[in-house]
Amino acid sequence: MFKRFLAVLIARNYEFFRDRAALGWNLIFPVLLVVGFAFIFSGDGKTLYKIGVLSDISQTSNNHKLMELKHIEFVSYDEKSIAMNKLRQHKIDLLVDFNGETYWVNQSSNSGYIAEQLLLASSPNFQRMAIEGKEIRYLDWVVPGILGMNMMFSCLFGVGYVIVRYRKNSVLKRLHATPLRPIEFLTAQVCSRLLIVMTLSTGIFIGCNWIFDFYILGSLIDLFIIALLGTVSLISLGLLIAARSESEEFTGGMLNVASWPMMMLSGVWFSLEGSPEFIQTLAQFIPLTHMLEAARAVMLDGASLWQVKSHIIALLIMTATFLMSGSLLFRWQGQAR
Amino acid sequence: MAEILEVLDLKRYFSKNKAVDGVSFKVKKGICFGLLGPNGAGKTTTIEMLEGIVEPTSGNILYQGKAIDKQIYHELGIQFQHTALQDHLTVIETLKMFSAFYDKTLPIKDLISLCQLDDFINQDHRKLSGGQKQRLLLALALINDPQLVFLDEPTTGLDPHSRRLFWDLVNKIKSQGKTILLTTHYMDEAEYLCDEIAIMDKGKIIALDRPEVLLQQHFSGALIKLPKQNIDTHENKENVSEQLNIQFVQQSAQVQSLDIQATLVALIEQGVSLEGLQVKSANLDDLFLKLTGHGLEGVNHV
Repeated sequence: MFKRFLAVLIARNYEFFRDRAALGWNLIFPVLLVVGFAFIFSGDGKTLYKIGVLSDISQTSNNHKLMELKHIEFVSYDEKSIAMNKLRQHKIDLLVDFNGETYWVNQSSNSGYIAEQLLLASSPNFQRMAIEGKEIRYLDWVVPGILGMNMMFSCLFGVGYVIVRYRKNSVLKRLHATPLRPIEFLTAQVCSRLLIVMTLSTGIFIGCNWIFDFYILGSLIDLFIIALLGTVSLISLGLLIAARSESEEFTGGMLNVASWPMMMLSGVWFSLEGSPEFIQTLAQFIPLTHMLEAARAVMLDGASLWQVKSHIIALLIMTATFLMSGSLLFRWQGQAR
Repeated sequence: MAEILEVLDLKRYFSKNKAVDGVSFKVKKGICFGLLGPNGAGKTTTIEMLEGIVEPTSGNILYQGKAIDKQIYHELGIQFQHTALQDHLTVIETLKMFSAFYDKTLPIKDLISLCQLDDFINQDHRKLSGGQKQRLLLALALINDPQLVFLDEPTTGLDPHSRRLFWDLVNKIKSQGKTILLTTHYMDEAEYLCDEIAIMDKGKIIALDRPEVLLQQHFSGALIKLPKQNIDTHENKENVSEQLNIQFVQQSAQVQSLDIQATLVALIEQGVSLEGLQVKSANLDDLFLKLTGHGLEGVNHV
C-alpha cells in the first residue's frame, strides 16, 4: 500500500515542481502581497493618541485636564493585564490609573513619549511605570491572513482543479484500472499538496520575517502545527468539491463559492470584531477563520496550543467531515470516455 | 484449449440507448480475440465492462471461471482507447510509477526494449509521437506481466508505419502466450492479428468465429466488384442483376464467382461496362458489409 501511495505522491510532486509557471506564481504572489502591505502601511496614519484608562472613564476624574484635550481617544479597561498587553503591543500609547495616580508607558513607543508629556503637563506628580514591548504593525496582523489566503487558494484550486482535470482527461480512469485504491490516491494527493503548501509557505514566512521582522510572541512550532492543521482542512475541502465533477467550469464556480466567503469572512484583511452577530457565527463554519484566529493568537498574543484548542478541535472536525464525505462521494471517472 | 474469459448475456443500457444488448462469447487462452465493428457498435462499452471499469446492466463475466473483482487488476493489462498520463513525467518515471502499483512486475528495461522506447526514456511523455505514445501505453499495460491484455482501438489515428510496428509488437506479445482482446474498426488489422473475431453492430454480436471460417461461410470463390453505376446505367438493369446474381453493397455491385473467366465473359455478353472492375478475395470488410448492409461509417481507413 505504501509503495503505491509513495509512487503517486512522487509523481504529483514532480508534476507541480516542474510546472515552472505555477511554482513561480505560488511563490511570487504572496511575497508581492506582503511587500505591498509593508509599504502601503509603513507610515503611521493615526491622527489621535490613544490612552487607556483603568476603570470606567465616566466615573474617573472627568474634570482631569488631560481628558479635556482634543484628538485623544480614551479607552477604559477593567482588567489591567489586558490593558498592559495593549500597551506592550503599541495598541495604546499610554495607560493611566487616575485614581491611583499612576501611569504606564512603553519606552519603545514614540507616541507614548508624547502622550506621557501631555499627561505630565497636567499631572506632574503621577508615578511613572515603564514597560518594554515591540509595536504590532498592521503588517504583523495581516501576514497570517495573506499567507492563509494563499494557502487556501493553493489547497482548493491546486487539489480541486487538478483532480477534475485528471478525471476529465481520463488520468483517473487509467489509475482506476490498476490495483491503486481511492484512499491511496487521495492520501497521496493530500500529502503532496500539504508538502508543497507547507514548504512554500514556511519559506515565504521565513524570508519575509528576515526582511520585515514580524511580531511573534508565541512558539513558531505551535504556529507551524496550526498552519499544518489548517492546510489539511483546506485540502480536504478541495477534495470534497472535486469528488465527482468532471467539469472544470462547474468546479471553478464551486471553488469560488468556497473561497470568496473565506476571503471576506475569515478575517484575512480585517478583524470581524464589531461585525454583525450572524456574520461572526457564519465565520465559525469556515476553516480559514479558525486557522487565522489561532495563528494570530499564537503569533500576537503568545497563546499556546492549549489556549487555542477550540480552533484546533474545529479544524479537526472539519477535516474529518470533508475527508469522509469526499471519500464517499469520490468517483474515478466521468461520463466521457 | 481452456477459456480465460467467458461472457454471458452481457447488457449495458444508457437510459433508452442499448449500447450492449445481450453479448455472449468465450475467449480461449493464448489467442488474439477481436471485437470488430464501426464506431458506436458497442465495442468499447463491452471491453470496459470486461475490464471492470463500466458496471453492466446485467449479465456475467467470468475470468478463469471466477467473477471479476478489484484483485483482477493484478492480472489484467489494459490499454484504453482514450487516456492521459500525469503531466511533466518522463517515460521512465511513468513506467516506474505504474510499476509500483503492482506486486509482480516485469523488469522495466525489458519492457523498454520490447516496446522500443529506448530512445525516449528521459523524454516528457507529452512530447512523444502518436505511435511512440501508443507503445508507452502498451508497455504500461504489460508492466504487471498480465495473462490477459485488453487493447481498445490501439492503432486508431496512427500512420501505416506505426500501425505495422504496433502489429508486430502485438504478435510478439501473443507469442509469449498472453491472451489479447483487441477492439478495432480496421478489418485489415483484425485479419492480420486475430485468431477469432466477433463482429458487433448496434450492440449485438452478428458473427463469431475464426475469420477464415466466417469468410468461407459467407463467400465462395472470388469477388468481382464493379462500380454500381455500371449496372445502374445498363438498359436491362433488372435482368442483368438477376441473371448474374449481382449484389449491391453501398456504391459497388458485387458478384461472387467460382469461375472468374466465365463470369467476365457473361458480363461482357450482357454488355456491362468493365470500367473500374476489381477481382479480389473476400475480406472482413466485405463480410461486414454483407452482414450489416452498411459500411463502417465515419471511419477513416488508413
